[in-house]
Amino acid sequence: MSEAAAHVMPQSQTDQVAVQMVGVHKWYGEFHVLKDINLSVDAGERIVICGPSGSGKSTLIRCINRLEEHQRGQIVVDGVELTNDVRKIDSVRREVGMVFQHFNLFPHLTVLENCTLAPIWVKKTPKVEAEEIAMTYLARVKIPEQATKFPGQLSGGQQQRVAIARSLCMNPKIMLFDEPTSALDPEMISEVLDVMVGLAESGMTMLCVTHEMGFARKVANRVIFMDGGEIIEQNNPEEFFNNPQSDRTKLFLSQILHN
Amino acid sequence: MTDATQTHAPGTHPDLPPPLGNRGAIKWMRENLFSSPTNTVLTLLGIYLIYLAIPPFLDWFILNAVFDAGSRAECWERASGACWSVVIVRFDQLVYGFYPVELRWRVDLSAVLLAVALVPILFDKAPYRRGWFVFSLIYPVIAFFLLWGGLGLEPVESAKFGGIMLTVLIGVTGIVASLPLGIVLALGRRSELLVLKVISICFIEFIRGVPLITLLFVASTLLNYFLPPGTYFDLLLRVLIMVTLFSAAYIAEVVRGGLQAIPRGQFEAAMAMGLSYWKMMGLVVLPQALKISIPGIVNTFIGLYKDTTLVVIIGLLDPLGLSQSILADSKWQGLSTELYIFIAIFFFISCFSMSRYSIYLENKLHTGHKR
Ligand SMILES: Nc1ncnc2c1ncn2[C@@H]1O[C@H](COP(=O)(O)OP(=O)(O)O)[C@@H](O)[C@H]1O
Ligand SMILES: [Mg+2]
Repeated sequence: MSEAAAHVMPQSQTDQVAVQMVGVHKWYGEFHVLKDINLSVDAGERIVICGPSGSGKSTLIRCINRLEEHQRGQIVVDGVELTNDVRKIDSVRREVGMVFQHFNLFPHLTVLENCTLAPIWVKKTPKVEAEEIAMTYLARVKIPEQATKFPGQLSGGQQQRVAIARSLCMNPKIMLFDEPTSALDPEMISEVLDVMVGLAESGMTMLCVTHEMGFARKVANRVIFMDGGEIIEQNNPEEFFNNPQSDRTKLFLSQILHN
Repeated sequence: MTDATQTHAPGTHPDLPPPLGNRGAIKWMRENLFSSPTNTVLTLLGIYLIYLAIPPFLDWFILNAVFDAGSRAECWERASGACWSVVIVRFDQLVYGFYPVELRWRVDLSAVLLAVALVPILFDKAPYRRGWFVFSLIYPVIAFFLLWGGLGLEPVESAKFGGIMLTVLIGVTGIVASLPLGIVLALGRRSELLVLKVISICFIEFIRGVPLITLLFVASTLLNYFLPPGTYFDLLLRVLIMVTLFSAAYIAEVVRGGLQAIPRGQFEAAMAMGLSYWKMMGLVVLPQALKISIPGIVNTFIGLYKDTTLVVIIGLLDPLGLSQSILADSKWQGLSTELYIFIAIFFFISCFSMSRYSIYLENKLHTGHKR
């Protein structure tokens, strides 16, 4: 705690702003993938990010927990500015959970061990306590009975719910979702979205890359549209869907809503 | 209503057990040995060849063999089969080399303790595994003093070591020491730290590019030039180091293959939850990478174990080296077949055990379906 406090940015109200990105640029080699991203996410806000494939959505949210490094601009997460300082990266990652498109569960560990790994090794939670916490979150995603199975024995939807529980076990302040339902069979999408809706209702700060527009309408405070590495437009869901401003947004919406 | 055979209303069909096949030996034979005319012919041909080969072999190996003669001449006088007497009379030497007879209990003790030390490493169900593991960690020190002497035990020159004891000593040391070193080299080769990466690559490529015999010659002769004059550095220890380095380079490449098979998502998930590099590697990546690498690792170990026979070239007396000197004894001249078969059986048992263990380990570590 005291360590994190030492990195507090004096000018920002840390209890209000969860993620602050100012003039962020990123390149992959010569390729300019993020262009002047300015984004401020308040604590408790639910953001949905959409946009065509390759527009930089994943790269954007992966910069927030430093899976990708930005080259210009400033990113402040929960009051800690992301730099090359490993201690700062670690403290940010401790507060930020991430759910991936392909679940990325650890296949050699049971469901329960997947959930207790980080609490035990990163937070030094005693094993018994970590297991109790894990079981409450597994109950919350409605699969406590699968705790002793291996990920390979579960369906895709079940695996993704385990992945969400695994992130929650670290008691994060912010949750990042990178297309959490796009690798799932259609009948499993809703079970994962239900869990995410429940999470949103509990007040979690969430940034979700998803094309599930029903989910966006239901829980998002703000929908962000990206194209070509830029934030083209952002608005509340009502306005965003009913009254899109830019032509690119209109085109994109017509494409995903009418096929 | 032509579909009258349907026994259940749609949607109400219960789960039934699968049908029982007619199991048993007859079925197995019909499916595996006589499934087609070609297969039947091949089966019969195989049986005929076995029929031709087995009786003369049994004759030579056991029925007409001699077990208690005092020399080759006596053997050949008494029967036409194998002369196992040479193995029996020289058995102790084939096992201990020239280790002093009255001190051989120390070799026996270190062999027993070796088995004890290996249990918690090989079997994760061993009781009190943690505490037991501590013993495994200090075992090398115990074994060193037992074999070489010191600490009040009478010293034994390593030049007296020989036979199966020497093979096991070199093989086990090489295996146990080269695995961690190989893993570190594999991680080094994939490291983002350029210096580490270059050192690992140079080391691996140099060692792999040179025959083991060359390294053994370096150990036996050249190394003396690099050491300060007057320092004495046990030849066997030098050999152990060379064998370990040699095997580590191969292990490193096998493990690197395993590391490459781990999807990026595993690294990312581990990093995203805040695991440090070493925890990510130790808890998430290496357990999976090593599991994939088991066949390659064991393959390397088996190769290393058999390559220990090369030490005969620099004058160490492994079982093959000893058989040379036994065959030079006029009493036993010409009995190389018997000696070599004995040595072959020893190596086969060792290597086949390793192979079976690796299969056991693979099955044990198998979790769920592949997707
Ligand atoms: N590691 C990488 N190296 C080079 N180019 C990359 C890398 N990762 C992504 N890209 C490129 O950056 C662009 C944005 O990628 P991404 O953020 O994954 O898009 P999205 O998630 O919106 O589909 C794509 O054109 C992609 O090909
Ligand atoms: Mg993406």
